[in-house]
Amino acid sequence: MTRHTLSVLVEDKPGVLARVAGLFSRRGFNIESLAVGPTENESVSRMTIVVAVEELPLEQVTKQLNKLINVIKIVELDPDTSVQRELLLVKVRADATVRSQVLETVQLFRAKVVDVSPEAVTVEATGTADKLGALLRMLEPYGIREIVQSGMVAVGRGARSITATATR
Amino acid sequence: MTSATSRSAKADPESGTQGGATQPSATPQNGQQSRPKPAPPAGAPVRVTGAQSLVRSLESVGAEVVFGIPGGTILPAYDPLLDSTKVRHILVRHEQGAGHAATGYAQATGKVGVCMATSGPGATNLVTPLADAHMDSIPVVAITGQQSRALIGTDAFQEADICGITLPVTKHNYLVTDPVDIPRVIAEAFHLASTGRPGPVLVDIPKDVLQENTSFSWPPERQLPGYRPTMRPHGKQVREAAGLIAKSNRPVLYVGGGVLKADAAEQLRELAELTGIPVVTTLMARGAFPDSHPLHLGMPGMHGSVAAVAAMQRADLILALGARFDDRVTGQLSSFAPEAAIVHADIDPAEISKNRKADVPIVGDCQEIITELIAAVHAAGERPSLETWWSLLSNWRDTFPLGYDWPADGALSPQFVIERIGKLAGPAAVYAAGVGQHQMWAAQFVRYENPRSWVNSGGLGTMGFAVPAAMGAQFGQPDKEVWAIDGDGCFQMTNQELATCAIEGAPIKVAVINNGNLGMVRQWQNLFYSERYSQTDLGTHAHRIPDFALLAEALGCVGLRCETKDEVDDVIRRAREVTDRPVVIDFVVGKDAQVWPMVAAGTGNDEIMAARGIRPLFDEDEAEGPETEGIRPDAATLVDQDDTNDTKSAEDGGIAHD
Repeated sequence: MTRHTLSVLVEDKPGVLARVAGLFSRRGFNIESLAVGPTENESVSRMTIVVAVEELPLEQVTKQLNKLINVIKIVELDPDTSVQRELLLVKVRADATVRSQVLETVQLFRAKVVDVSPEAVTVEATGTADKLGALLRMLEPYGIREIVQSGMVAVGRGARSITATATR
Repeated sequence: MTSATSRSAKADPESGTQGGATQPSATPQNGQQSRPKPAPPAGAPVRVTGAQSLVRSLESVGAEVVFGIPGGTILPAYDPLLDSTKVRHILVRHEQGAGHAATGYAQATGKVGVCMATSGPGATNLVTPLADAHMDSIPVVAITGQQSRALIGTDAFQEADICGITLPVTKHNYLVTDPVDIPRVIAEAFHLASTGRPGPVLVDIPKDVLQENTSFSWPPERQLPGYRPTMRPHGKQVREAAGLIAKSNRPVLYVGGGVLKADAAEQLRELAELTGIPVVTTLMARGAFPDSHPLHLGMPGMHGSVAAVAAMQRADLILALGARFDDRVTGQLSSFAPEAAIVHADIDPAEISKNRKADVPIVGDCQEIITELIAAVHAAGERPSLETWWSLLSNWRDTFPLGYDWPADGALSPQFVIERIGKLAGPAAVYAAGVGQHQMWAAQFVRYENPRSWVNSGGLGTMGFAVPAAMGAQFGQPDKEVWAIDGDGCFQMTNQELATCAIEGAPIKVAVINNGNLGMVRQWQNLFYSERYSQTDLGTHAHRIPDFALLAEALGCVGLRCETKDEVDDVIRRAREVTDRPVVIDFVVGKDAQVWPMVAAGTGNDEIMAARGIRPLFDEDEAEGPETEGIRPDAATLVDQDDTNDTKSAEDGGIAHD
């Protein structure tokens, strides 16, 4: 199975998320990650959905998604021609003895510290799932207290916009 | 019917114009002075309550009949409904009856069926009919009351999240939170239900939204940026399909319900006669192609004719028109039509390559697709040469016609009863069925000649469908004779709607094919569970409980009973003479009759059994191919024959071209 990133433009109406999520589970497809947020058009929201499926079932997913009345447009984003990002907040045990080592790791990954206490630091990092995984592996020896991670958001490279033609 | 009656004025839901305005010879639009409540000029808003807005919207969109039951939260809507002269409300006995009646109405007329219920249990009782309409792509709009906005989410009395519940079984649904949205939502609901791939749409309206003051104007502007069904097919795909037709040796037209929904029966006939390609019509498409036509091989699938199943199995080209390769048609998918290239035409792109990969996908409205395909076949010039193919098909059709044996114990044959009803009531009647053996026999032994003459629950297989659906069909087609062919199991699920029929004036005829058992389940127990009949005997034979004839009388119908072959024609005749109330005939038939042919669930279509132990295609493989000496007349001859020999071919089971 291969991972596919779908950008889905939907009408910003109550219940749309339930319609989309329900469709995936009803048709037996597993969502790996899902992120929803506003767009430059206030009546349109954008969902970024990551699914692991083969080519033919993917076609079925997108066709079924397209049938939802509130779905306006679906674009599959190729990882090679798009920018894909996730946001990670991680609370790492870091007392005075190891804090400088933790900070060094944070800098290496161009992440930043957003909260400090005598016992721990909270680190904010963005990147691909791979990069965030690598960061976590480096921080693990110090003791990870808590992780929260967003779904992936993605946008195609270049000047073209997928929202321009869909939402007039 | 005179053109002056405002009741008959029909609005065009597409243009959104009001009923009276569409009548060409109507009096000038000065009705505004004479009427107590003038219809406003289009667009000018008037002050109304949400409930009034709802009723005006229903009138404006062209709804003529609403099936429903009032209750707490929908009560405000029923008040202005009392004054409506355009919308007739039929008070049913159970909300499920309202839903199936709306479906029957829609199937028999092609118009949108409307049902209405209150919140909570009223709404949840609509779930089965909505799921049914969803599976069979029937245009239905359901309007439900909901608890007031402030109470939603508090587990208030008769509160149910009906939008959440019906999410997977509707094409779309709405929770209206602002009364000003009512006209737009109703217009959108009817538009969604009836266009593209049709389906059910639910509109849930909180009680306080119905009570609040608001403004009404018509037509509203639809806001559906994500809904653009493709109607016109892609020219290149159509030409490719025509190319495949020209090259094919063993083509089949696999016709589904989409052809009926697109009103494309005429075009289908033209295409078939132009090319000489054999036609099979699915359970949902019975009536889309005349059963008497020599090119018709009958119904494919689990209980299809041997010729129809065999034609698809041996085809080198299947032209699927508005059909969806349902498991009841394909049998085991991996062994279905192994040599066939697939042209799949459907208005729903998600159906194409869902089950069987299409070689040529065509998305669009079936009428437009077939029309363009006819032009492309003409343009291509070549026609397939199908003599060898037709000799094979004729051989199957002659050797394995649909038939039945008279029960060994001398009991009345259910197939005979259904066949006689079809013969005596004729192709102009409308036939509804429940689900089970009687449904399959009604699909097999009634001869359908016209679109919209067969009303049934295909995809969901909803027992109890027949009586309420026949009622809906009768309100949609008041001048037609409507028969419900029902089983004794099905009949006991929904027969309370006969009271509705009796009181509201729907003189339907119900033939209860009473074998005292859940017949189809019993057949499977006979075949696959070592004749261990667990929980299938309903006792209607042993105890005559209920006595269907007495029950019918109690529900305001004429109750008749028939137990022998000699009485059959006479009792049908007597039933047909009753036109002022519904009739129920209790046909007491043998319990051992079975539906054949049959492809057992999960097996391949090559395993089709014409009757117990007779496997035509298996035997044929053993015998290494049938002889090919028959002659297929060319398409022109077929047209002539069809025009002149219609009655003959109907009598001969459609085998008239030799």
